[in-house]
Amino acid sequence: MDFEWSMLADLSYWHTTLQLLFPAFGETLYMVLAATFMSYALGLPLGVLLVVSSPGHVLPNPWIDRVLGTVINIFRSAPFIILMVALIPFTRLVVGTTIGTTAAIVPLVISAAPFVARMVESSLKEVPHGVIEAALSMGASPWQIIYKVLIPEAKASLILGLAITTISVIGYTAMAGAVGGGGLGDLAIQYGYNRFRTDIMILTVAILVLLVQGIQSLGTILARKMVEH
Amino acid sequence: MIQIEHLEKTYTSKQGRVTALQEVSLHIPQSAIYGIIGLSGAGKSTLVRCLNLLEQPTSGRIVIGGQDLTRLSGKDLRQARQKIGMIFQHFYLLQSRTVAENIAFPLELAGVSKEEIVARVKELLSLVGLKEKANVYPSQLSGGQKQRVGIARALATKPQVLLCDEATSALDPQTTLSILNLLRDINQRLGLTIVMITHEMKVIKEICTDVAVIHEARIVEQGPIESVFIRPQSEIAKQFVSSVFPNEMPPELLRELAAHSNSELIRIHFVGSRASDPVLTDLVRHCKVQANILYGSIDHLRATLFGSLTLELLGTPEQLAEAHTYLQNREVQVEVIERGF
Ligand SMILES: Nc1ncnc2c1ncn2[C@@H]1O[C@H](COP(=O)(O)OP(=O)(O)OP(=O)(O)O)[C@@H](O)[C@H]1O
Ligand SMILES: [Mg+2]
Repeated sequence: MDFEWSMLADLSYWHTTLQLLFPAFGETLYMVLAATFMSYALGLPLGVLLVVSSPGHVLPNPWIDRVLGTVINIFRSAPFIILMVALIPFTRLVVGTTIGTTAAIVPLVISAAPFVARMVESSLKEVPHGVIEAALSMGASPWQIIYKVLIPEAKASLILGLAITTISVIGYTAMAGAVGGGGLGDLAIQYGYNRFRTDIMILTVAILVLLVQGIQSLGTILARKMVEH
Repeated sequence: MIQIEHLEKTYTSKQGRVTALQEVSLHIPQSAIYGIIGLSGAGKSTLVRCLNLLEQPTSGRIVIGGQDLTRLSGKDLRQARQKIGMIFQHFYLLQSRTVAENIAFPLELAGVSKEEIVARVKELLSLVGLKEKANVYPSQLSGGQKQRVGIARALATKPQVLLCDEATSALDPQTTLSILNLLRDINQRLGLTIVMITHEMKVIKEICTDVAVIHEARIVEQGPIESVFIRPQSEIAKQFVSSVFPNEMPPELLRELAAHSNSELIRIHFVGSRASDPVLTDLVRHCKVQANILYGSIDHLRATLFGSLTLELLGTPEQLAEAHTYLQNREVQVEVIERGF
């Protein structure tokens, strides 16, 4: 069935289209939320470790600093599509399958976590060194510096980073969709591209644009609230 | 209270080695307000940061309240640091916390209970005069108010020692005075020992009881401020003193002002009550010399008056010698600038 403008007036058109869009949107949301959450679970501690192990910080350790930095750079330089293929055996090991939304989450996390680590690192580095020294002078332990100084003081910047990460992950899920990951990306390829349903293509893109816009605005508003009190 | 013994600090970096402190030994008595003054790069910050081991000394000992800090590490060092408050030129408050939460911060670190924290924060807020600002964020405070928060925060764990690194250098003169008054007040009320790092002699003059002058990594002079102000020994100390008491006129100019060629030019220094005694009248009456006032100033060191007067004395050599003895007996410091004969 090719698209014609007159179809828009037809109620049953909307009925079938929404039936297509709705589950795909749910899949995308699921992949984005799960992947973002898990990449923070991995990336946040790594980012913290990158910062505190750097020279002159609270737990300086040139070994951790260098090795971790290099590993992160290696993962970050691999294109997502390559990483997804390369990780197929690993994905099978973890989730038992290599297709579907849950399977797509594995390469998403592996590729987003190093990105998150760098975002967290740059946010935490914005905390002035003097503030850390002041806390040290009051007898703070390295652990207290991390969760009572670095993270609360970098909150606004961390939230902006979270928005940027989530948006990147949305982009990646669309790519994952192209190779059988499900979600809006999958829908756009299958209907919009393979079956020339330009209407579906436009609708998926519109939804993605709104999603990205919404997340960015939310991040900006929250971050501003934190700075302005 | 604080004993610094043979402290050395050398920074080693790729660019080479910098000796920031060399053979520094100082004794800072209990309840003193001890000033440490020096030019930029002299090693002041390094010295004060060594006192709470923010900077690890290359060698030497730091003993505070009988405890050798240089032997401590980990938990013991953190506990010792809770007894040493510190304030900074740029305040370094936590931007994500309100004033009250900032003051509570060191108490949280020390594991003090919630109720105790609330009570203590209230006390400290009124001590530094910021009761109305309890729930305001640092970004909404003036520099002086921020430093008050810094002071309250540093005092929260009831330290015995307060270290101040250029605590007033970012403030205007009037705010500086109010912060200095607050520090003096705290020193008197709590018996706290204060170490003041500064490059401004004004600060030393206002509140310090003792002063050490640091120059090119070494302590070149130290003592009670009266003695350092009246008889500075080193060139650098003389420069610092003349920066606040610019009463040194060149002898040639004084000679021109003096009307008589066969007189002598002297400078007399008063400290404390003697500054208000009628020394000059007595001198003239008693020794039968004539005195011509060329130049003078009176100022204060802390709460004591401190002044100097440049005089031309006229009389026979015998009369002048008698005048010197007389002044010495009255415990007035005399400095001969030039003798006409
Ligand atoms: N972390 C560091 N690494 C290398 N050299 C340093 C370091 N910190 C200070 N120095 C050097 O040590 C010397 C003393 O520095 P310090 O900061 O103690 O001076 P200061 O008296 O506090 O000066 P200022 O009045 O400008 O603050 C300077 O020559 C400085 O360049
Ligand atoms: Mg300094």
